[in-house]
Amino acid sequence: MADDAKGGGGLEFHPMDQFIVKPLFGDVGDPVHWYTITNATLWLALAVLAIIGLMVLTTSKRAVVPGRGQSIAELMYGFVYKMVEDVTGKDGIKYFPYIMTLFMFILCANFLGLIPMSFTTTSHIAVTAILGFGVFFAVTILGFVKNGASFLGLFWVSSAPLPLRPVLAIIEIISYFVRPVSHSIRLAGNMMAGHAVLKVFAGFAQVAAIAPVAIIGVMAIYGLEVLVSAIQAYVFTILTCVYLKDALHPHH
Amino acid sequence: MAENTNALGEVAVGAPPGMPQLDIGTFDNQVFWLLITLVAIYFVLSRVALPRIAAILAERQGTITNDIAAAEDLKSQAEAAEAAYDKALADARAEAQRIAGETKAAIQADLDVAIEKADAEIAAKAAESEKAIAEIRAGAMEAVAEVAKDTAQDIVAAMGGTADAAKIAAAVDTRMKG
Repeated sequence: MADDAKGGGGLEFHPMDQFIVKPLFGDVGDPVHWYTITNATLWLALAVLAIIGLMVLTTSKRAVVPGRGQSIAELMYGFVYKMVEDVTGKDGIKYFPYIMTLFMFILCANFLGLIPMSFTTTSHIAVTAILGFGVFFAVTILGFVKNGASFLGLFWVSSAPLPLRPVLAIIEIISYFVRPVSHSIRLAGNMMAGHAVLKVFAGFAQVAAIAPVAIIGVMAIYGLEVLVSAIQAYVFTILTCVYLKDALHPHH
Repeated sequence: MAENTNALGEVAVGAPPGMPQLDIGTFDNQVFWLLITLVAIYFVLSRVALPRIAAILAERQGTITNDIAAAEDLKSQAEAAEAAYDKALADARAEAQRIAGETKAAIQADLDVAIEKADAEIAAKAAESEKAIAEIRAGAMEAVAEVAKDTAQDIVAAMGGTADAAKIAAAVDTRMKG
């Protein structure tokens, strides 16, 4: 953290400390095994509880005329369902539960990360890489299972002039393999950058002279982060739908 | 704070101190708990939440469809009632018109008979009067002839002639015809 800490007067910045994975119980220095219950475990569990609260408890009355909570649950359902239907088509509907899982997890994890002193699980590349590469491998395997070798037609742009097609095929293949990387780094990067900036502004608030400006800055960035949290969940989900559409209908 | 960081730095296997995200030592932990989380969310959603919401939406759609059908039914009933009412009104109106027409015709017939009768009476009365006038006129002509003969006889006598009654009468008749 030496490079984060700034000059004298006790003014220190530790914008990255919030991302440290540490054991929830025991001392700070305890080793982190794969089974250790860490702060990441806590906030992942809270995401599950938030989803249960949002999607299960609110709909327990099964009211024909929905209340506030049930309206939100129905809104989420309708939003993702329509997205899957519009982007991937009717035959993508059977993958709707998987896509809904991704959307709800990213949305809830992003918003839980905005609670002060919380731990943002989606700001970690390990988490988003699992999500991104999971989608990548699932979609690629699905493409070959559904279409066989003709799935490779995805890279052969038959609408382009013949001499151009090999060049385009190389570009298409490269972009296809970059997909999971951009897919996962986009989410982690957005979440990490926003939270780090928030922490930096909060650090400036220690100085009385610029505290008002810093606090207004924190408020503004926080508002922006609320938007980013929802938009990144949406972007991740819609890109998953697009990749799924490519797997189901590989011909342009 | 510096000690804290150092302590963590020792735990993290070769992690750069700047970015905890690149601390490979915590990856297995995160991946393990993430997979458990995703499986839990998937089961909660696919077994409980999504079927339930789908059922709620389908039920609502069914209720709306039924309500619309019921409303449609009631509307058609109301339309039938209105048509029946209109028909009854039109029938009553036609009946009233028919009765009015019949009454009018009956009155007209009575009236015609009465007028005819009155005309006949008037004609009879007129003929009688005509006859009476003719009689009176004839009577008057005779009286005039009588007076003329008497007057002529008197004039002739006054002139000193002898009045032959028969001649005078013939002369007066001839004059009156001429």
